[in-house]
Amino acid sequence: MGVLSEELKNQIRDNFPKYPNKRAVVLPALHLVHDAMREVSTGAIVEIAELLELHPSEVHDTMSFYNFFKDEKHTLGKHRVWVCRSISCMLRGGEEVLEQVCNKFHIHPGQTSADGKVTLEFAECLGACEGAPCILVDDECHMDMDVESVSALIEKL
Amino acid sequence: MAKFEPVLFARINKPDSTSLKSYMADGGYARIKDILSMAPADVTNIVKDAGLRGRGGAGFPCGLKWTFLPKDHPGPIYLCINADESEPGTFNNRILMEKDPHQLIEGIMIACHAIRSNSAYLYLRYEYGRSYRALDAAVKECYAAGLLGRNIKGTGFNLDIVLHRGAGAYICGEETGLIESLEGKRAWPRIKPPFPAIEGLFRKPTIVNNVETLCCVTHILYRGKEWFQSIGVPPDPNNPRDPGSYGPKLYCVSGHVNKPCCVELPLGVTARELVEEHAGGVWKGRKAKAIVPGGISMGFLCEKEFDTKLDFAGPGKVGCLGLGTAAVVVVDDQTSMVDVLFNCCRFMSHESCGQCTPCREGTAWMTKILTRIRVGQGRLEDLDLLMEVASSMGIIPGTTICGLSDGAAWPVKNAISKFRGDFEEYINSKRSTMTSAQQLMEVH
Repeated sequence: MGVLSEELKNQIRDNFPKYPNKRAVVLPALHLVHDAMREVSTGAIVEIAELLELHPSEVHDTMSFYNFFKDEKHTLGKHRVWVCRSISCMLRGGEEVLEQVCNKFHIHPGQTSADGKVTLEFAECLGACEGAPCILVDDECHMDMDVESVSALIEKL
Repeated sequence: MAKFEPVLFARINKPDSTSLKSYMADGGYARIKDILSMAPADVTNIVKDAGLRGRGGAGFPCGLKWTFLPKDHPGPIYLCINADESEPGTFNNRILMEKDPHQLIEGIMIACHAIRSNSAYLYLRYEYGRSYRALDAAVKECYAAGLLGRNIKGTGFNLDIVLHRGAGAYICGEETGLIESLEGKRAWPRIKPPFPAIEGLFRKPTIVNNVETLCCVTHILYRGKEWFQSIGVPPDPNNPRDPGSYGPKLYCVSGHVNKPCCVELPLGVTARELVEEHAGGVWKGRKAKAIVPGGISMGFLCEKEFDTKLDFAGPGKVGCLGLGTAAVVVVDDQTSMVDVLFNCCRFMSHESCGQCTPCREGTAWMTKILTRIRVGQGRLEDLDLLMEVASSMGIIPGTTICGLSDGAAWPVKNAISKFRGDFEEYINSKRSTMTSAQQLMEVH
């Protein structure tokens, strides 16, 4: 029994016609697996490599460059919360927003809450500086955060 | 002078601005058939003669870049759209993609025709989910309407656009880092030459252009090069190598201002005008201590430099690295430059790809030295040490492959030469003014 479902493998294969070679599908494949499984395990790397006709170490080499992808020792919680810590957010209270989220879930950046609900990370500039400080919850950016509004937001997760 | 009317941002506040229907109602794609029927070299010449310079940071002349492609190449030739906008303080491309994706797609079509490319890869930073959804919908609309795919509008021109999402790495904004990442590898920039125009994506001739640059291309073809040159700053007659700073520019203003914003203005506005007239002034009735002219890697302006013109030549005249992304970040007079510089250095250390030793080690050690200063254990010699490290890393001293390192060194050089008093005061106090939230940042 493999790690990746046939459906997931087909979603990866759907990317092949977009590129002249299969190696270019490494990032799309990692995203698909990561989204579906909340991690990219060693077993998944081996199966991605098989599909893309690469050595597993080549897939791992690429994956490990991007902090974005988590292995099986760092499985993501249900939600991923990124708090921006770059300059525009820092100047307008981004660090305090991060501290608030840490206190709320009793975790540090990089950790997942005990109930598995939230993985907290810091982000480098999210490109939403007109609404600094900002945070990204999964795929949605929330702007103009402060200690109160971020509390209300994460309360609902 | 007549009030400047936005062009790139003309549609962003309209309802339904992202749809094909609304774009076409405003005249979008109206002349695409005629443009695709022109000789590619003629399109290139119009863009070249207009004097359009790349909006991504380096300011390289766009049309000239296109002419570097080999002549009569059998293909394929690729266009990569650099939408990995991640320079701290920069968000203009995000607004363009979220609010008016068809303006960009039309620019991509025109550019691809000019460079004889039939495939475009749009490399979008992962964090831009809304941009992805807007672009994905717009590309699908174009395929359905016969504006993408085969034999577009009966012109015989074929074009496919692939949206490719990144995975959170600043270095993917460097054009050869982007190419490596697209190819499925770690985003380690390549040694140049060969430049991408000769050997780029999948080892084929490739042009990499920024989102805003391509949006400008659309308007240059519709309105003409004379229109483009009626905006902005002409070349300095005393400098034969200055290509000028023509056209509109999207300026991002953030940090300690009352109304952070992104505003479209003719190139050449001053930092002070941007802050006072467009961003509502410095917040809380304070004064500005420092202004970042174009993203943190460009360095800082100090108070006596706030009237610097933010065109391609301006920031360089006062010791900054350049115009960069024209992302202006304002720092008020209650903020210590020690904290600001630490933030810049920590960012660069986090984002250095690690390929070149001077950058990997230099950014890390500068961050460590600033950490020591911040915890109250700094020594005055640390400032000279920081300058020494900063001077030894980058393309300019010739020790690294790409310019990230120059951008990491520049805020250090500027901060210490222009705000040395802030650092000396902090060090001499022997105390740390860090808050608990700042300490939390420190350990990670």
